[in-house]
Amino acid sequence: MSDSSDVGYHAQRQARWHYGEIVFWLLVLACGFAFPTRYLIMTDILRLALFAMSLDLILGYAGIVSLGHAAFFGVGAYAAGLLALHGIVNEPVLALIVAGLAAMVLGFATSFLVIRGVDLTRLMVTLGIALLLEALAERFSNITGGTDGLQGIEMQPIFGQIPFDMFGKAGFFYSLAVLFLLFLFARRVVHSPFGLSLRAIKNNPLRAAAIGIPVNRRLIAIYTLAAFYAGIAGALFTQTTAIASLDVFAFERSADLMLVLVIGGTGYLYGGLIGAVIFRMLQELFSTITPQYWQFWIGLVLVVIVLVGRQRLHRWVLYVPNLIVRQVAGRKAVVAVPESDA
Amino acid sequence: MFERKQLPHTAASKVTSKAASKAAWAAAIVAMAGLAGLAPARAADSVKVGLILPMTGGQASTGKQIENAIKLYMQQKGDTVAGKKVEIIVKDDAAIPDKTKTAAQELIVNDKVNFIAGFGVTPAALAAAPLATQAKIPEVVMAAGTSIITERSPYIVRTSFTLAQSSTIIGDWAAKNGIKKVATLTSDYAPGNDALNFFKQHFTAGGGEVVEEVKVPLQNPDFAPFLQRMKDAKPDAIFVFVPAGQGGNFMKQYAERGLDKAGIKVIGPGDVTDDDLLNNMGDAVLGTVTAHLYSAAHPSQMNKDFVAAYKKAFGNRPGFMAVGGYDGIHLIYEALKKTGGDTNGDKLIEAMKGQKWESPRGPISIDPETRDIVQNIYIRKVEKVDGELYNVEFATFEAVKDLGKTKK
Amino acid sequence: MTAILTNLFDGVAYGMLLFVLACGLAVTLGLMNFVNLAHGAFAMAGGYVCMVLVNRMGWPFFAALPLAFVFAAAIGIVLERTLYRHLYARSHLDQVLFTIGLTFMSVAAVDYIQGSSRVFINLPAALQGQFDLFGVGIGRYRLMIIVICGLLTIALQMVLAKTRFGSRLRAAVDDPRAASGLGINVPQVFAFTFAFGCGLAGLGGALSAEILGLDPYFPLKFMIYFLIVVTVGGSSSITGPFLASLLLGIGDVAGKYYVPKMGPFVIYTMMIVILIWRPNGLFGRTAAR
Repeated sequence: MSDSSDVGYHAQRQARWHYGEIVFWLLVLACGFAFPTRYLIMTDILRLALFAMSLDLILGYAGIVSLGHAAFFGVGAYAAGLLALHGIVNEPVLALIVAGLAAMVLGFATSFLVIRGVDLTRLMVTLGIALLLEALAERFSNITGGTDGLQGIEMQPIFGQIPFDMFGKAGFFYSLAVLFLLFLFARRVVHSPFGLSLRAIKNNPLRAAAIGIPVNRRLIAIYTLAAFYAGIAGALFTQTTAIASLDVFAFERSADLMLVLVIGGTGYLYGGLIGAVIFRMLQELFSTITPQYWQFWIGLVLVVIVLVGRQRLHRWVLYVPNLIVRQVAGRKAVVAVPESDA
Repeated sequence: MFERKQLPHTAASKVTSKAASKAAWAAAIVAMAGLAGLAPARAADSVKVGLILPMTGGQASTGKQIENAIKLYMQQKGDTVAGKKVEIIVKDDAAIPDKTKTAAQELIVNDKVNFIAGFGVTPAALAAAPLATQAKIPEVVMAAGTSIITERSPYIVRTSFTLAQSSTIIGDWAAKNGIKKVATLTSDYAPGNDALNFFKQHFTAGGGEVVEEVKVPLQNPDFAPFLQRMKDAKPDAIFVFVPAGQGGNFMKQYAERGLDKAGIKVIGPGDVTDDDLLNNMGDAVLGTVTAHLYSAAHPSQMNKDFVAAYKKAFGNRPGFMAVGGYDGIHLIYEALKKTGGDTNGDKLIEAMKGQKWESPRGPISIDPETRDIVQNIYIRKVEKVDGELYNVEFATFEAVKDLGKTKK
Repeated sequence: MTAILTNLFDGVAYGMLLFVLACGLAVTLGLMNFVNLAHGAFAMAGGYVCMVLVNRMGWPFFAALPLAFVFAAAIGIVLERTLYRHLYARSHLDQVLFTIGLTFMSVAAVDYIQGSSRVFINLPAALQGQFDLFGVGIGRYRLMIIVICGLLTIALQMVLAKTRFGSRLRAAVDDPRAASGLGINVPQVFAFTFAFGCGLAGLGGALSAEILGLDPYFPLKFMIYFLIVVTVGGSSSITGPFLASLLLGIGDVAGKYYVPKMGPFVIYTMMIVILIWRPNGLFGRTAAR
């Protein structure tokens, strides 16, 4: 068996759906029915998961670090808010797409700035763009409501049928549907030849260019796509909370996002989803115990994660499940979280 | 099969899709544990107050003062009223409106609270307003000060203040007391704009002139350049509104810039000389004239006891935010007494309307029509009392309603 | 005209302050390629130590300043030896995660110990107010900052250029591998430099309480400013960050004075443009690391 067919075989195998994945999504759906009083926090987790998946697309697959991903989130959020507030596009799903496209345009425009430079430069340029947008939103307070945010947004029912309720049930299932669809698409993209070429670029841009991959064009494409995803996440945020305020652009949002993704692991799409669950639950747990000093405990967890090492931690977490799997399905089924970071 | 596993690049990628399954289990377990563990406990004969405050972030001192004051009140008056045990659930929103909304929703839906209270900033109070209306439970605003808040829901009552109350009065006072030209420096958000507009209206109506108007961003480390601009405009006084907490920095730099020596006075609503920080601001602050609802030096027995108890419990002086919290919890107690422990939201709101009582800040009441606070506004000057800086009251405007609303 | 000069003066003072706060970070990043987002926490530590000494224990301000330096440097060396050094070989993402975690912990810890209100340091009367020099208003405190920071910068430059330690450090920055091959104890050089950078941050924190305001959120609020200084200036020398700090300080002050509503734009736009133009910073080496 030659090497090239070997790679092809694995690329195919890896693109196939694994039972675990199906179980994962069924579990998520089950959560929706199992905890009818916790829709809000679960919706929050779904939004964050989508947002983290967006960052994973560029960080995990193309190796572009960003500390300003909130720029796209914010543009999506304000776009959705303004569309609903002024009644331009009343139907939420359509508004969602329009908002995503708005973010996408920004992503395309700024991608040319981002593909230049080393990691640190990228971090700062992306951060700068987000901060600039925040300052813009504050400056044009007649449009954005400034520090007070967009107030009085009223969302119309989804497809004109399903209204957003106070308990967040509609919002949860709506977000879940959006997340799942976008996940399917992302999954398709990263397993396509396009996605594989991105990995090649991430591993070694020079070599990738040498074998004929148009490096810059691919990076621009994935960055634009990620911006679209982030914009959708932002629009979901506005639609499910009926609020858009300046903090959608905040540095803290981008930084939290980075933490989420690093906790969950990059480069296998589920990292963002899992990281979002863990991060939010920890935050919720600590801030319930101590509303004033929860940051300390979150900080401690982060420090411990790094010191122990994520690899080791993943092994520990997977130890018991793997024991079971080994009994049931034999040695080969044993799994580990991939370690691929920038 | 086995050989393939040993190829380094395939080994790395092979795990990808499968990884999901196990990690998914792990995540699901965490999620289940979390969701189940955090499910609220129910108590039969209790009244729950969901307190949403900024406990972290730039506004944290507001949240802490309010929480302290409420603790103090409950220590003094006991935690049962009308046969029910009062339970406080504190949530941190870091003054970010969407967190406020999520917190409020969680409190209402899961914890089944009977009141939501707190709200450090205007956007937070506004974000919770539709929820109060939908759930028909009272929202007690203990800090935020924009006029429109109480109009956003028939279930909102306020025990803090409105910017219009103090700004109009300082505007009138300035025009009558020989101040002709004023430069304004206000934070660029709703309360700042309220303060600016009401001040301008009353000051210019009284014959004054606003020569320079600067709005500063809310997050603002260095005031120096703005102050230099003020100084170059050579006004008689600067009208300042910055949120409580930034006042200290402002006054420091005001002195450093020599504006005090140039004879430019500081006037404004009392946020800039908040008691919480006043004593550390240095002597430059002496002579600052502000109009406000509360001074720790308010000469009533009740206030003296309040300040002493607060100092004893928490080691520093209470500011006006603390008083807002103290009166807010008092209002909740009184409403419960009046309804005999009935927690129906409509009845509670009815019970709150028209309440009158003596607060550490002086006599106050809740306007039955607007559900906003009616209180005395004092004109105060910063002076040294027993070696400490205090806002000493020298004129009183009695029972001031919120002029922001009576206008329209 | 005098307004311009006063602004220039303020801008220089502000920039110098930023430099002292951030230059430790430039060294960490340049020498060990370590992203230390917790740098602001050391500044905060210095600031609070100075505050406690001056306000609670009645020390004179100028005696407390060196202690702020020593204290921050001591924390720095302890953390470097116990925690940081395990992370030099790790990815940038791990470093970011770790140092943000440390920052969160420091924020909450200071909040717990000292409360969340802003604190001020009682200054001696000699440092308060402003005097006129040919019509230009000169703030005494800012003048002192310029003097102290200016002297520090010159001293730093001398140490780097003239001493044996300086040449070791420069060698280690240029090529750590070759340097250790030549018998330079790179980890030791680094530990010392790290502690010194933390000390400078601590001193900067004590000095900045008066101008920037000191509260538990200091490390988070100013993290961005530090990063701007380092990336714009480049991390291969101290001249780069120094000039970048001055540029940032003057730009910020002038922006606020002349176009108060556009304040933040000036800085962020400047940063993006510079980074697009020179991705490795104004004075960085052109080769990507």
